[in-house]
Amino acid sequence: MSYENVYPFVYLAWLAGAACFVLGLHYMNSPATARNGNRLSAAGMAIAVGSTAILLLVQGISVGAWAIIIVGFLIGGAVGLWTARTVPMTAMPQLVSVFNAVGGGAAALVAIDDFLAHGTAGGANVSTTLFVVLGVVIGSVTFSGSLIASGKLQGVIRGKPIIFPGSRLLTIAMGLVALFGTFGLVFTATGTVVLDPLVADLVLLAIIGSALVFGVTMVLPIGGADMPVVISLLNAFPGTAAAMAGFAIDNPVLIIAGALVGASGGILTKLMADAMNRSILNIMIGGFGGGESAVAATGGGAGGSVRAIGADDAAIQLAYAQLVIIVPGYGLAVAQAQHACRELGELLEERGVDVEYAIHPVAGRMPGHMNVLLAEANVPYPMLKEMDEVNPDFDRADVVLVVGANDVTNPAARRPGNPVSGMPILDVDHAKSIIVIKRSMGRGYAGIDNELYTNPKTGMLFADAKEGLAQLTTAVKAL
Amino acid sequence: MSELTALLFPITIFVLAILCGFEVISKVPATLHTPLMSGANSIHGIVLVGGMFIAASADEPIAYLLAFVAMVFGAANVVGGYVVTDRMLQMFRKKPVAPKVGPDGASGAAKA
Repeated sequence: MSYENVYPFVYLAWLAGAACFVLGLHYMNSPATARNGNRLSAAGMAIAVGSTAILLLVQGISVGAWAIIIVGFLIGGAVGLWTARTVPMTAMPQLVSVFNAVGGGAAALVAIDDFLAHGTAGGANVSTTLFVVLGVVIGSVTFSGSLIASGKLQGVIRGKPIIFPGSRLLTIAMGLVALFGTFGLVFTATGTVVLDPLVADLVLLAIIGSALVFGVTMVLPIGGADMPVVISLLNAFPGTAAAMAGFAIDNPVLIIAGALVGASGGILTKLMADAMNRSILNIMIGGFGGGESAVAATGGGAGGSVRAIGADDAAIQLAYAQLVIIVPGYGLAVAQAQHACRELGELLEERGVDVEYAIHPVAGRMPGHMNVLLAEANVPYPMLKEMDEVNPDFDRADVVLVVGANDVTNPAARRPGNPVSGMPILDVDHAKSIIVIKRSMGRGYAGIDNELYTNPKTGMLFADAKEGLAQLTTAVKAL
Repeated sequence: MSELTALLFPITIFVLAILCGFEVISKVPATLHTPLMSGANSIHGIVLVGGMFIAASADEPIAYLLAFVAMVFGAANVVGGYVVTDRMLQMFRKKPVAPKVGPDGASGAAKA
């Protein structure tokens, strides 16, 4: 069997792998079929990697190359497996961010190697050079940017926007270096500019360096609660980088897979930005919640008095309600209170109360995070309602229990002229009665007072999320 | 065939794949957005195939090093991504499963 005879079949196998990716993503349209979809996607990956191995076997590559492939795969695979098995669900955003980083990093390395192998001294053509350099740039930005995002989410790096004098200037300068470097190398490939191969390598090095710095200075000024958008965006990047690498080495499965991931990241980025009523550009420029824009706009309105409520009173309201809607927010995840929440919900259901969970698109630290946390706590997914689905239900809800959610329930969003204006919110204030579990009257991420708390219908149960839920459970049991 | 003409076919694939991705992914419910993201995340681990090719053509120390690191990164991305997505998706159930409670849930119950 020669390489030429085998290649068409391997190409078809790549195509089959790509088809599995598309079908796998298609099955993600329902929780009932999603698990099989993911397995189909994994099978597609196995087909693509396996057929590539067969191609290399026929081609007859060196023992050293095999050693690198196999040992590299085993080490990376073992690290990936161990991390995936042990990571707590609350840390999922950090993990996805790290995987974005290594994926982008791998794409950048493949592109760098391709550049070094072909060189620019007449060997490479214009399009290859362009895609290789784009792969290097996007991959490097993803690598450093995702690591910073992950550090912020993990709390290793301060979550608040970090802005130092000249940081924006540095970001712009680095972007320009990468841009001009790319032009330089492409013009070298066209023959317009003649560069010594060594100089060309140095230019590439400068591009890599500036792209890495760009990634860091791009993510540092972005605040913690904007992370769902940033992670989505950084999810689209490595897909694009993989597609660029696919153009460079002329491989269809890389192009298709990369395009799919790019589309996925793009859609999620848009959805998250819409859910916060902010443009992507606005988020990338950063600084929200840093203080300067936030405090000014509160005005009057929020001056009303706050009514504290005890666990026993709250329990009576909950136990004798017909419909209770629970609104979990990031505070619930931080307090690891998803299990306590499920327990209270089940207890109420046993007493014949209808229980629903209202999930705002940006609850948690990444798209859909809260759903995963509640699924982990064994809450059946039909009880988890999306914002548009649940908002009409608030009108007939007897009690709404808000646990660790803040800005997404603030009725001020319906009025213009404040930091949350126009943001889609859960219509919690439409319910007959509202109970908010909260440690203090502290402000949410947007830095303004929540008018829901001063609503006469609202009772504040001052406690940590987990503690408050446990108190309520005990009190309901005692009834 | 000119250089640009040769590029037309891969660009066609790329554009159609993006449209296909938009079509498929816009139907994924918000409940599954985290698994979707980590699943898509493992798909970009396909760059592993690129890592295998550069390992195959490596002929100097720097190329070996690049290929090795790319393999490690790509494999961590692929294996970790699929495993963690599967772990999340198996938690999505239609009806509650009574006996099985995680360690954290048990401690929560003890407190209550």
